[in-house]
Amino acid sequence: MAENRIINHCQVVVIGGSTGSIDVLLKLLPALRSPLPFTLIIVLHRKNTADSTLANLFSLKTSLPLKEVDDKDVIVPGTIYLAPADYHLLIEKDGTFSLDDSEKVNYSRPSIDVTFESAADVYGSSLVGVLLSGANADGTNGLVAIKRAGGVSIVQRPETAQVAFMPQQAILSAPIDYVLDVQELISFMNDLNQPGRVR
Amino acid sequence: MIEEREVDLLLNDLLEVYGYDFTHYARASLKRRINRLWSLDKFPSFAEMRYRVRTDPHYLKRFVEELTVNVTEMFRDPLFYKTLRTEVISTLAAKPFIRIWHAGCSTGEEVFSMAILLKEANLLHKSLLYATDLNSEVLEVARKGIFALAPMKQYSENYILSGGKKDFSSYYTAQYGHVKFNEELAGKMVFSTHNLVSDRSFNEFDLILCRNVLIYFDKALQERVLTLFNESLGPLSYLALGAKETLKFSTLQPKFKQLENNEKIWRKIG
Repeated sequence: MAENRIINHCQVVVIGGSTGSIDVLLKLLPALRSPLPFTLIIVLHRKNTADSTLANLFSLKTSLPLKEVDDKDVIVPGTIYLAPADYHLLIEKDGTFSLDDSEKVNYSRPSIDVTFESAADVYGSSLVGVLLSGANADGTNGLVAIKRAGGVSIVQRPETAQVAFMPQQAILSAPIDYVLDVQELISFMNDLNQPGRVR
Repeated sequence: MIEEREVDLLLNDLLEVYGYDFTHYARASLKRRINRLWSLDKFPSFAEMRYRVRTDPHYLKRFVEELTVNVTEMFRDPLFYKTLRTEVISTLAAKPFIRIWHAGCSTGEEVFSMAILLKEANLLHKSLLYATDLNSEVLEVARKGIFALAPMKQYSENYILSGGKKDFSSYYTAQYGHVKFNEELAGKMVFSTHNLVSDRSFNEFDLILCRNVLIYFDKALQERVLTLFNESLGPLSYLALGAKETLKFSTLQPKFKQLENNEKIWRKIG
């Protein structure tokens, strides 16, 4: 565990989740400080319909700018981005998103691993990766990549997850810095990039 | 994991030795696919992968085919197809002859979907569907009109959601886990290799479909390809892109007007 580490240079927080993670986000989003001092990217396993119900649902829960990603969108700090259904979400070195509709990874498109690995490649030590509830092993390799690139890895405390499998898999196979319940995760995120706060 | 410098070396080889230009492909996705091939084909080192690509033309075929994404479905995004039926095809009906270009058609599922729409609008007899792709192998598959049986259930549901009224299985014959689509549909298709990166316009069309191809290109190459499409479209003809693709970053945007229901279909107005 990275105790007492000052996280004051976080550019991006990327959150991945599957079954049971929407409830967590519905609690987390309204509790985030505004303006958000980093970019938040959310990758959820969802049905492959091209509607924007989920983005609308999340928009109701926050006053922060929130957008479902279109191809080549420029990443704006302080914005919340949601990976669209049926595409992998990748990040380019020039600070834009790109989409990819290639084969599913871990039976999933979007795949959490794909976005985590791509974000790790671009943001290195200024990235925080968070893995929430789910019944799938997606995200574990992504957290390994984030740690290898110098970033911070967090999982939802399995006992507090609707489905514990996904965070449990990550704890078994990836180096994890913090295991947090939802309230602790909210505090952690609100402390990011706050000078003087030490965790 | 491959390094940026090594990606550059490989892309340079593909261009120098074979004339394939991937330098303006979206980098993150391309890099991921090279890594995927590295591990799938178990190369012990980057140098060995590079040597194989440079010296083995048979492997090159596989490499290019795997580097490009060939995932496609029939009637993907049913509401898009519904809009094609109600807004686009009905407008084209008055024309004496209908020319459609599927750019980056992969294994042809969308071309067959379109042929079914035209057939149901009684327009197939006066239509010609040009289907092009960079890979000759996927075109071979498309030309045969033979697809796996397993996804037909999903395609049939998509077809119904798109406004299809017939029994979807009436369009094919199933045998040994595969289906073959009726010859009548394929009879109006012309398959040919065409590289959007380097080849030019070859006809004028009433409708161009290029769905989920531009996402693999960087903005500069997207602009080149959209210019090529603009040159290949007659006045008041249509351009259809993928669900998350857009003209908003292109200088050509003022020449096109998106349909009012916000499906990714634009009409050429300028």
